[in-house]
Amino acid sequence: MNGGGGASIASGRLARLVVLALPYLWLLLFFLLPFLIVAKIALSEIAVGIPPYAPILRWTEENVLTVVLNFGSFATLLEDGFYLDAYLRSLRVAGISALLCLLVGYPMAYAIARAPEHRRNLLLLLVVLPFWTSFLLRVMAWIGILQDQGVLNALLLSLGLISEPLRLLYTEGAVYVGIVYCYLPFMVLPLYATLAKLDPVLLEAAADLGARPFRAFLTVTLPLSMPGILAGCMLVFIPAVGEFVIPELLGGPAAQLAGRVLWVEFFQNRDWPMASALAVALLVLLVVPIAAFQRHAARRGRA
Amino acid sequence: MPSDLTRRPLALAAALATGLLFSPSWAPAAAQERVVNVYNWTDYIDPAVLEKFTAETGIRVRYDTFDSLETLEAKLSAGRSGYDVIAPTNEPTFSRLIAAGALMPLDKAKIPSAAGLDPTLMQRLRSSDPDNRHGVIYLWGTIGLGLNVERIRALAPNAPLDSWDLLFKPEHARAIARCGITIMDSQTDVIPSVLRYLGLNQDSTGSDDLRRVEQTLLGIRPHVRSFASGGALEQLATGETCLALTYSGDVIQASARAVEANRGVAVRYVAPKEGAQLWFDVLAIPRDAPNADNAHAFINFVLKPENIAAITNEVRYPNAVPASKPMIDQAITSDPNVYPREEDFERFFTVSGVPQTADRARNRTWARFKAGR
Repeated sequence: MNGGGGASIASGRLARLVVLALPYLWLLLFFLLPFLIVAKIALSEIAVGIPPYAPILRWTEENVLTVVLNFGSFATLLEDGFYLDAYLRSLRVAGISALLCLLVGYPMAYAIARAPEHRRNLLLLLVVLPFWTSFLLRVMAWIGILQDQGVLNALLLSLGLISEPLRLLYTEGAVYVGIVYCYLPFMVLPLYATLAKLDPVLLEAAADLGARPFRAFLTVTLPLSMPGILAGCMLVFIPAVGEFVIPELLGGPAAQLAGRVLWVEFFQNRDWPMASALAVALLVLLVVPIAAFQRHAARRGRA
Repeated sequence: MPSDLTRRPLALAAALATGLLFSPSWAPAAAQERVVNVYNWTDYIDPAVLEKFTAETGIRVRYDTFDSLETLEAKLSAGRSGYDVIAPTNEPTFSRLIAAGALMPLDKAKIPSAAGLDPTLMQRLRSSDPDNRHGVIYLWGTIGLGLNVERIRALAPNAPLDSWDLLFKPEHARAIARCGITIMDSQTDVIPSVLRYLGLNQDSTGSDDLRRVEQTLLGIRPHVRSFASGGALEQLATGETCLALTYSGDVIQASARAVEANRGVAVRYVAPKEGAQLWFDVLAIPRDAPNADNAHAFINFVLKPENIAAITNEVRYPNAVPASKPMIDQAITSDPNVYPREEDFERFFTVSGVPQTADRARNRTWARFKAGR
């Protein structure tokens, strides 16, 4: 009996270990490994051939294995203001997009969380519904809506609100419309999750203590939904920084965002090391502040 | 292999993640079925020719398309693309693939119909492939202007329609801007024409020359409405734009589509008098092609006069097989925009590849042009 119990504890431990190891294995396989490959290419030298870069591990004539690292790509990245410029522009676009998503998403999430329980699932389903069609198709649909002969202009013209088509497509505004539209569910879902957990009794207490609804929202609901706001903002902000498709299809040519610059380096300049260096820099510049923020948040949570 | 993958989800996920599954060599193939993996431009074949090829040879065609040379070159550069026949443009991609050792020399004995290729056109291809060893001309054309003549006339009655001035002179561009100017988003297809317009060598890599190109382009930048990747066919056909710098065949297809749509849009192609860049799309075989024999058979089949004629009839680009001309729609062969007259060839020019550093400088110029600063 005793022995059997020991075995089951041991196998339970093993199962726990496996469960704990899985996410790490996942990160190792799909995050660290690809990252190391990209980092390796970033430190290579450009070459004519297949693949178009020189190996960093080489045998010299005396059969000595040597490591040849080329930091030129990173040096160019720092010296040439072009790249920093594109990066800052991307940060701005991503920041504004996250803010817009929050402004649109918060009332939505709030309304869903306050809806009668039996309707919430339907409403959530409606939020996720657009994912059932291809992302690319949905962005293309916006071209049909925004172009000069598009649905929106036709409507405004027929209502007599404008006399000639508005320039909507290929503008920065179109990029924000596209990003907000595509990323909105990523904002609504975490917001909903925190808002739904919120105990309504707290609001009643606030009302009992004399707070008007708006004040109760500001002092109770908003602070308590902060984790949802932060999670939503990150889910929108992080992919938006590297977003390539939406600015490419809806944006004007003036928008040289980081994703586009990376594309040019890889496809047009065929400079794989430079493109990889950009990717590494983009990752480091995003991950480091976020990790620092997480630590800070965790410390505050403990205190 | 494929059934193996479906049984092991992790392997499947890994394969998906690395994109391996997308390369045609991994797609399911029956034991002794013969296939040829063709990678061609979009809207660039007569599907009936593919069916006929399979019916006659028993070789199945797995047909895949790209819409930019960058995509093609990136796939080839990674190695083991799995494609057997590709259709790169002579410059910059074809010549660069040769330099990188990515193409196999064609075995002309297996392509007897290549003997029917126009020797003068093949001669002009030598600027990219000195011995004509790595490729044969599939279709070709020039780079020029697509015009919606009526709307341009209304806005700029004095602008010359047969000259690059129409686009590169700011006063004309400003007038035309109201009905839309589109430039294809490809520096390799635009910068040589600007150099030529400025009276410079189309292959110039000098920084002063490049600066002049940049000034010319920035001068018209405020008047450019959009940059089109993969040609400006759609914008021209719908009337979204009335002046486009793009490929000849694009304009001719747009013109046909505009007629079909019957929305009062009439589009015309002009190869400007100062000179127009001549380009060739080439059929070539990657060095690591898994079915090289079938690839040779495919190229041989396509170059037969009746087949290449069907393709020209469908896509409205000229081919390089003179014997196919009688089988091509009269409306196409008699159109000097599609089949240029002998004297037109004198102002056509070909370009040569530029070194990596010069290419980078051109790309930077292009990025500044697009950004407008």
